[in-house]
Amino acid sequence: MSSTVETTTELRPFYVEIPDEALDDLRRRIAATNWPEKETVADQSQGVPLAMIQELARYWETEYDWRKCEAALNALPQFISEVDGLDLHFIHVRSQHEDALPLIVNHGWPGSIIEQLKIIDRLANPTAHGGSAADAFHVVIPSMPGYGFSGKPTAPGWGPERMGRAWAGLMKRLGYNRYVAQGGDWGAFVVDWMGVQELEGLLAIHSSMPGTVPADVDKATLAGEPPPSDLPADERRAWEHLLTTYKQVDYARIMGSRPQTLYAIADSPVGLAAWLLDHGDGDGQPAGGLVAGLNRITSDTGELTRDEFLDNVTLYWLTNTGVSASRLYWEYKGGFFNVKGVSIPVAVSVFPGEQYQAPRRWAEQAYPNLIYFNEVEKGGHFAAWEQPELFSRELRAAFKPLRDGGGSR
Amino acid sequence: MNTTVETDIRAFQVEIPQEKNDDLRGRIEATRWPSKELVDDRSQGVQLATLKALADYWTGDYDFGRVEARLNAVPQFTTEIDGVDVHFIHVRSQHEDALPLIITHGWPGSVIELLETVGPLTDPTAHGGTAEQAFHVVLPSLPGYGFSSEPAEVGWYTGRVAQAWSELMRRLGYTRYVAQGGDQGAAVTDDMAHQAPEGLIGVHLNLLRTALGSVAGLPAESEQEKAALDAVATFRQSGFGYFLEQSTRPQTIGYALLDSPVALAAWMLDHDTDSYYKIAGAFLDGKPTGNLTRDHILDNVTLYWLTATGTSAARSYWEGGRAAALAAGKTPPAVSIPVGFTTFPGEIFRAPRSWAEKVYPTLSYFNEAERGGHFAAWEEPELFSEELRAAFKEVR
Repeated sequence: MSSTVETTTELRPFYVEIPDEALDDLRRRIAATNWPEKETVADQSQGVPLAMIQELARYWETEYDWRKCEAALNALPQFISEVDGLDLHFIHVRSQHEDALPLIVNHGWPGSIIEQLKIIDRLANPTAHGGSAADAFHVVIPSMPGYGFSGKPTAPGWGPERMGRAWAGLMKRLGYNRYVAQGGDWGAFVVDWMGVQELEGLLAIHSSMPGTVPADVDKATLAGEPPPSDLPADERRAWEHLLTTYKQVDYARIMGSRPQTLYAIADSPVGLAAWLLDHGDGDGQPAGGLVAGLNRITSDTGELTRDEFLDNVTLYWLTNTGVSASRLYWEYKGGFFNVKGVSIPVAVSVFPGEQYQAPRRWAEQAYPNLIYFNEVEKGGHFAAWEQPELFSRELRAAFKPLRDGGGSR
Repeated sequence: MNTTVETDIRAFQVEIPQEKNDDLRGRIEATRWPSKELVDDRSQGVQLATLKALADYWTGDYDFGRVEARLNAVPQFTTEIDGVDVHFIHVRSQHEDALPLIITHGWPGSVIELLETVGPLTDPTAHGGTAEQAFHVVLPSLPGYGFSSEPAEVGWYTGRVAQAWSELMRRLGYTRYVAQGGDQGAAVTDDMAHQAPEGLIGVHLNLLRTALGSVAGLPAESEQEKAALDAVATFRQSGFGYFLEQSTRPQTIGYALLDSPVALAAWMLDHDTDSYYKIAGAFLDGKPTGNLTRDHILDNVTLYWLTATGTSAARSYWEGGRAAALAAGKTPPAVSIPVGFTTFPGEIFRAPRSWAEKVYPTLSYFNEAERGGHFAAWEEPELFSEELRAAFKEVR
């Protein structure tokens, strides 16, 4: 099956221009925060600790500078184009290497295009980053519907399947008839569903949060039952991580059932920041990778910093997209880490801090056309944000077979 | 006041500084709204039009002095029990041999839920009853709720609250008393029944709380039983999110509940389908159901706001989750005192008599009320009071 969305409208250049009043209002609200008492535990088991969020809020109000982020965004070619009735925002950076491989990278929750900024030059301009011209990508980074500067859907229906079709329509509109797609978190769902739909022009996908869990293990995990007894050590470890993960997703349950009730994240900057911070990874909740980022002022290797974390939170605030983004959880009724049924070529990178480490055997079973599988030494759920260098190397290696052979279809 | 009251019971009056009311008004007026939900019902949460109508009424017609005036119209006290300052309302009946009764509110409730029952319960002759039906009424605020203080340590699960309540009744000089509760109050009252403190001679419940956790072992044959099972399943599927979030990450949602009045109101309105539509009807169409009027709803939300207890109240669910984990595999002592139960038709599920009997073999009273929902005492105070009179007739 193959389907794309009709392309009838224009690409409009886009620049971020936030009025001063919006930034003043944000700072004023942070300063006026009405704080609760400290949690009654000495760890993170009741949620984001008061001291952690208060320090973040202090910095956000008094030192953080959104204009730097705005300038960085406006230094990139950004566009808006109407696809399937909705204005979609995207970054589009063409490599100077004409025969570069077109790539669309899909962010997740609680992320945005901010997660992907550090991989753009590494992918489009590999010779400046230890790669060769043959590694180059033309890079397209869209904002999901309801996220960032994309439009907010006004009717139900914008789940990962439809998003995938929109991305295929967008790539076609950009003149890319052969391309690859990458995703983590929600992006992983979108690329899986792009693969399931075998969209026209899609050569392969890369996932950093693959759906590989065999049906019997998935069922046992969700039901809180013991796993099949004969699991090898790596699969047993993956099962244990999944159990932990499912204890860290009540935020997803509330967004999946009651997204509109979260007026909190539209009206309170600190409420929003805490909500976005309290996403788990394999190292805990809040995610080990995010907490490490809050404590990092700068990084020579592009690791996540406090400013970058706040760039993302501030983007959510300024676009008032907390609730519209949450609705994606409500839209999606499918499984999480189960096998979706992708038969086109798939590449998988396993990051150690991800929700679970997909064992190779599971990946091979889930994706019969597995063209690449690698366990990376560093990085977590927000792999592109946390380890852009490693992440970019993974994409180069993952899609190499397609360039050599021109794809398998 | 009872003559045996110890000196550590202190009279209490609510006094809200004007700045707090001004700040609240300013925040409501400065609300930044999200986009409208994508559906025509409550299936995505509290609808934008409902909440905007609530906010308009809150800053427009609502009298910010109501909470203070209503609470100060009844005798209030605080007393320190187990390290927490417990706030409570204590209204003695003019009928000296009235039956002492402690009623525990729930979440997202407070003593506000129970105020309209004070008259019918303590003064039955003025409300269609007889002197023999009178109660002395004690209405405590749960720790972390309203004007009770917030526990600063872990461990205040409902069982500990139950112990505090028996101490409170002992301090008030009540040696024979009964207890009542719905929602979280049902959990506290159920714990009291299991603990069987000296003097507790009966309980009445209007939520079969155990069934929300597990329906294992409950009969599923009759139409009523099947309907109740379906209702529990629906709640666990789509109505349970607030419960899970508060059980696991109360601090995270708590930041916004203290920082945004509208966020707090939405979080509190989104409890169950029946009460939501009743409350939405009050704000959108000016058609309240029973006593669930705009003013009464906002009295409760305003109390949470002014006492800044959104986070600490949410934390009581975390305590419940922790206690459940610690108690896993242990069976509490059986309830041996009489238990009364009333099923209200709008409740999350309509517990059939067979379920109440299964959970409470000492069931001594069961009735299905004509009207009312999850917030039965709040919505139908007269009917609720009649139920308590009937339920506790035997133990008198």
